[in-house]
Amino acid sequence: MASRRTVVLTLGLLLLIGLPPAALAFGEPFMVTLWSRILIWALAAASLDLILGYGGMVSLGHAAFVGIGAYTVGILGHHAFEGSAVPFLPGDWSGSALALVQWPAAVGAAALVALIIGALSLRTAGVYFIMITLAFAQMLYYFFISLPDYGGEDGINLWQRSEVPGLDTGDPVVFYYVCLVLLVGFLVLAKRLVDSRFGMVLRGCKQNEARLRALGCPTTRGKLVAFAIAGAGAGLAGALAANQTEFVDPGLMHWTKSGELIVMVLLGGMGTLVGPVFGAAALLLLEEVLTGITEHWMIILGPLLILVVLFARRGIYGWLAGPGARDG
Amino acid sequence: MAEPILEVRGLTKRFGALAASDGLDLTVRRGTVHGLIGPNGAGKTTAINQLSGELSPDSGHVLFEGRDVTRLPVHRRARLGLQRSYQITSLFPDFTALDNVAMAVQIRGRSCFGMGRPARRDPTLRDPARALLDRVGLDDRRDVVAGGLAHGEKRQLEIAMALAAGPRMLLLDEPMAGVGRRETRRLMDLLAPLRGEITLLLVEHDMDVVFALADEITVMVKGRAIASGPPESIRADREVRRAYLGDYG
Ligand SMILES: Nc1ncnc2c1ncn2[C@@H]1O[C@H](COP(=O)(O)OP(=O)(O)O)[C@@H](O)[C@H]1O
Ligand SMILES: [Mg+2]
Repeated sequence: MASRRTVVLTLGLLLLIGLPPAALAFGEPFMVTLWSRILIWALAAASLDLILGYGGMVSLGHAAFVGIGAYTVGILGHHAFEGSAVPFLPGDWSGSALALVQWPAAVGAAALVALIIGALSLRTAGVYFIMITLAFAQMLYYFFISLPDYGGEDGINLWQRSEVPGLDTGDPVVFYYVCLVLLVGFLVLAKRLVDSRFGMVLRGCKQNEARLRALGCPTTRGKLVAFAIAGAGAGLAGALAANQTEFVDPGLMHWTKSGELIVMVLLGGMGTLVGPVFGAAALLLLEEVLTGITEHWMIILGPLLILVVLFARRGIYGWLAGPGARDG
Repeated sequence: MAEPILEVRGLTKRFGALAASDGLDLTVRRGTVHGLIGPNGAGKTTAINQLSGELSPDSGHVLFEGRDVTRLPVHRRARLGLQRSYQITSLFPDFTALDNVAMAVQIRGRSCFGMGRPARRDPTLRDPARALLDRVGLDDRRDVVAGGLAHGEKRQLEIAMALAAGPRMLLLDEPMAGVGRRETRRLMDLLAPLRGEITLLLVEHDMDVVFALADEITVMVKGRAIASGPPESIRADREVRRAYLGDYG
């Protein structure tokens, strides 16, 4: 018999696959856009879970990598449209509008920035790690505010979505499925990663890093690689986020966004990878509903979160899928 | 006599006004079981922490296999084959007993960060780990999470992990602390045959255990070695008796 976990995962996936035709049939095309947004933030939250849930690294700056990914797409698209040279790069390459160029560039840029921030932050632990990741993210936030070429505080518009040959990414339904495929692909790869030797070290770091070192493992190096991989995942989410709104602004990397990512992970179930997908859905749907009732929706959300953290420690996914949800 | 595998010279470590290691000298010969005894607070654990690299000494040197490792980080020393166990059990509490030992096997290997196949289904990790759990007598407890094991079982697991890491020398900080008679016997039977293969530095409160196992014993008091020699000469040493053994009648 299929385990409860398999049932939950299969049903969830089928619902996500069937959502666009259902939404259109019920005359709710806005649902497709909303759920694309959910998938994108789910990707960012799942990437955070890799370091937060498995590695025990509480980063309060993860949205910075989402922002780096988004700005990479925005900047490359901007120069491709203008025909001007991309700054900071050798030669006079004028960017590209192709997804095949923009998205890997977004992933690579986010991974590189994560590698640098990680190398500096991972010298610390605990509260200091939280503070230093927050500080770096805020530095990037203000850095992009101070870039007038790219709209400063106002951000930049995308002239078009990233081009995928043979696909109309401008079509909300097509774009939704692109997001879904990338999210599922990321989850499958991430699952393989956490089950590998590398993943065991990562989980070991969360439980007892000193013991791992005493056994002979250079744990900091392992955590740094995980931090960069998580950054890469967030960068991909950023590339998609830029495409979805066809707009990039520094607000994407504000620390409150990083906070929301942590909330998604906690709400959905830490250390489960798919939990954050549930968390992202719950948070963004709640936001959607509650903002319709009051602009102070955080007042309702706050206590709700406290209840979840206190009474459903395994999160929504843990609650749905039972004890098998968590892979310790 | 065998050549030294570990040499400690003038090791000094201060915590404020207290010198927990105060010019400690120690020579351990390859393949022997070397007992390190002394009253509570003598600085045995502090010494072990400096040998493993978890604490760095204020002054003095540690030579392992002729190489100065005084400033080498913990994981590098471990990979040279200098492994330890902890007086206060240090495990991966959410992992099963088998996971714990498999982790040690994994880290000893070349690809400790491999991203390929699932580690929990890798027989090159699981099989040696199972064999070690059998050896320490935890074969029927392998799928229990480490945090849920009884105290004595945790101590056995601690030893299995240290052995799985493939040590050339093992620093054992009170491995029998708080375990019953039977488990103590079992651990002794496990450690005794290692002589010759692995060098053991054994910190232990139970004098019967130390005198039964050790080829040589060093007595520490207030951060320094006050006597060192074969068990019979230690037993006969008047200063040792006064400083320490007397406490035990
Ligand atoms: N981290 C520390 N900070 C301050 N004092 C310490 C610390 N670790 C140990 N000590 C002190 O150093 C002395 C030696 O301790 P320890 O090495 O644990 O002794 P032993 O293992 O022989 O019982 C004790 O007086 C202890 O209180
Ligand atoms: Mg001690």
